[in-house]
Amino acid sequence: MLREAAEAFSRQAPGLAFWSLRLVDEWDEGLSMRQGVLLPVHGRRSRGALLSVVQGGGMGYAATSDLSAHGLLAATGEAAAWAEASAGINLVPVDLLPRPSHRGHYQTPIQHPWEGLALTDKLALLADADRALDIHERIVDREASLAYRRTDVLLVTSSGAWIEQRLHDLTPGLRAVANRGSLTQQRTGGGAQSGRRGGLEQLAALGFADEAPQLAEQALQLLDAPECPEGHCDLILLPRQMTLQIHESIGHPLELDRILGDERNYAGTSFVTRDMFGRYRYGSELLNVTFDPGCPGELAGYAFDDEGTPAERVYLIRAGILERPLGGVVSQARSGLPGTANARASDWYRPPIDRMANLNLEPGTDSLETLIGEVEQGVLMDANRSWSIDDSRNKFQFGCEIGWVIRDGERQGMVRNPNYRGVSTGFWRSLDGVGAASTFRVEGVVSCGKGEPNQMIRVGHAAPACLFRGVDVFGGAG
Amino acid sequence: MQGYFYALADRLAQELASGEVLNLLLDGERSDFVRLSRGRVRQAGRVQRGMLGLRLIARRRQTAFEGELSGQLDEDLTVLGAALARLREQLRYLPGDPYLMLPAEPRSSERMLDGAAPRARELIAAVLEAARGLDLVGIWASGERYAGFASSLGQRNWHASASFNLDWSCHLAGDKAVKGRYAGSAWSPAELPARMGRVREQLAVMGRPPWTPAPGRYRAYLAPAALGEILGLLGWGAFGLKSQRTGESALIRMLTEGQRLHPAVTLTEEHARGLVPDFTNEGFIKPPRVTLVESGVCRDGLASARSAAEYRTTVNAGCESVESLAMEPGTLAGTQVLEALDTGLYINDLWYTNYSDLRSCRITGMTRFACFWVEQGQIQAPVSVMRFDESLYELLGSRLLALSAERELILDASTYGGRSRRSFRLPGVLVDGLALTL
Repeated sequence: MLREAAEAFSRQAPGLAFWSLRLVDEWDEGLSMRQGVLLPVHGRRSRGALLSVVQGGGMGYAATSDLSAHGLLAATGEAAAWAEASAGINLVPVDLLPRPSHRGHYQTPIQHPWEGLALTDKLALLADADRALDIHERIVDREASLAYRRTDVLLVTSSGAWIEQRLHDLTPGLRAVANRGSLTQQRTGGGAQSGRRGGLEQLAALGFADEAPQLAEQALQLLDAPECPEGHCDLILLPRQMTLQIHESIGHPLELDRILGDERNYAGTSFVTRDMFGRYRYGSELLNVTFDPGCPGELAGYAFDDEGTPAERVYLIRAGILERPLGGVVSQARSGLPGTANARASDWYRPPIDRMANLNLEPGTDSLETLIGEVEQGVLMDANRSWSIDDSRNKFQFGCEIGWVIRDGERQGMVRNPNYRGVSTGFWRSLDGVGAASTFRVEGVVSCGKGEPNQMIRVGHAAPACLFRGVDVFGGAG
Repeated sequence: MQGYFYALADRLAQELASGEVLNLLLDGERSDFVRLSRGRVRQAGRVQRGMLGLRLIARRRQTAFEGELSGQLDEDLTVLGAALARLREQLRYLPGDPYLMLPAEPRSSERMLDGAAPRARELIAAVLEAARGLDLVGIWASGERYAGFASSLGQRNWHASASFNLDWSCHLAGDKAVKGRYAGSAWSPAELPARMGRVREQLAVMGRPPWTPAPGRYRAYLAPAALGEILGLLGWGAFGLKSQRTGESALIRMLTEGQRLHPAVTLTEEHARGLVPDFTNEGFIKPPRVTLVESGVCRDGLASARSAAEYRTTVNAGCESVESLAMEPGTLAGTQVLEALDTGLYINDLWYTNYSDLRSCRITGMTRFACFWVEQGQIQAPVSVMRFDESLYELLGSRLLALSAERELILDASTYGGRSRRSFRLPGVLVDGLALTL
């Protein structure tokens, strides 16, 4: 369908300075069981095209779900009208806009296709997980879910690009809520808030089949756990919280469009400035961060971004020194800085902007036991529950679902409502231990919001456990 | 579009078997979006889309599908016909749904909001002209929004509107900036220059050396937009019936321990405001208003059709987060705010709120845009970006001093999935102490 539409349009495309046609056919399926009751099974197909046109010194776009030749030509007219209207008042000179010419094909590697398992078998998986969460009357709410997305993207341009990609995402999840009076505690897992690229083989990696009993048990234990102590102490973050920490205080500050000012009205600016690249000490020497679109199973794996730039692994921060930002071809041209293939659009009806993709903190050499052994007094935290950070991505406060006190090098009792706060610029310099590959997990964020008009997109993060020195931690009021 | 939608509903109803009910839901827009940065156009374009939902119900089983309409009748009927067959096949394998709830009788409705979206391509130059010399960043969004519900049982509902929303900020160096908003259904050529003039006045103050308060409590006035950020977080889940019944509401102490807010606090979901469709996804007609908090005491939760069935109550909302929240005003005149504040923080905007302690309804977040330090009723300096961490039971409880007499209608500028229909009608609040932490 997408090929036919692209070929028909290419044959009839009007003579313009440049055009690009991005066709998307996205299929979502969602199954969810809450408290033993199956929620309505849901399928969603979102199919449409975004036409971008350079004409008369301006650039415009139009999005349409009418993929007939007539529909695409009509959209071309709308895009051309916006191109002409923006000529002379556009921010980016049109000669800086990309004219990709690559031809390529990519498909997410999968072992067990979603379609290979019958609906009844998927429902049985949900029922098993739901039963495993149902361990006590104080578990007042529980939910198990399976969700799948297949995205076909075809990018064709007047400059000769023809790029086809088929992407598969699996986003399952488990949730257990325990309550006693006014006290409620929640644990999530099994892929909740995360997910992976691939097929049903990712269920095991995400812990969907195994984590339910432990999550429910921990939710109950948290009801009786003391509040996280307040103080200035060491902090160990496990990968599910590292995901959020990387996302908010490395990923967003390094987005080049933020540094260039485009996001200042909405998602915010950045404490990072253009002159910092190549010399600024972002973190301790243990901090190594990569942009890696090829990391197996990670949620933003692809071969080309949505402007047709080939994607490759590069270092953003090496031995603590800031090397390059997250910026696509347009932002690179505007800033004069190197970047990454990360111009991405959330949907067929949104234009690409600079996004995170797979952003990973590279593993070190320490086991988790070694990291814990290096802490005299501290807290170990996992699984994000609350997040807030200023518009320069500096002053942050994050909360987790679960924590454990560490004293004299040993993990001790569980604590509830663990929170910590800090400032990005100092926090990463306090990194004093990086877990080995044995602690490394591929996670992600399924709902990263940014852009005007707004775009919600999926990004991947992988990290080991990490140790930070001298952090302000605190709990709830009790 | 209305006729097209109803024609699809009529045609698909003919394909139903005995005992089947089919609900159709449409959500669409024809919108212009212009992204602005540094006083120029960064990205501009038009989006035309309509997402059609099908819900097939039979033998107390239900299953659903959504798909984009192409606008080509034959093609859409082919796609939807195939989807209907797939849903019918799926139903064979699904258990009965104990929380399936349908309206007892069909109630059709139609609401076409007055207004005409201004012609974006012609106006955008005027917007930039009004901001000449300023470093303006933001988004222009305008056009038509429509929603429809149709049931094979004969119910027909339609909601259509045309509007614009210009949401911007003007920047000095770093994070020193002033926020501007202009939204509605009727564009007034004189209004934007007037609003931009107020932005310029505040920018002059923002140019003064900033003041960085030490962590601690400060007397503060929160303008309606700042209060809206806090109530927006609260409204995401705290008023939902399901979250209240499962102990996940941030108001759990009000629900289980008799905790109260200040008697001056009354919050309602004003469905009658009419900016959001008056029908739910299942075809229920919403009541004109739902009282969420009355004189500081929790009242009704927002009950979607599913929760209403589960907890055996009446449907009073389309979803369990607020869409048309209103707070009753107080008596503090706008002209008296600075005098009443005397010495403290004047906070125009807050941002990125989240819970730091759900049980205590403790909320953290950041100040943003033009926030000022005031002494003896006079604005002295802009305040550096600061983090607050405060319980709602203090902010709108024991520390609440006054509510402003005037309320502001804030039309949500967000555009995730489509232009938002959400709005708030809120006063400002004067509080005797807001805790700054970082």
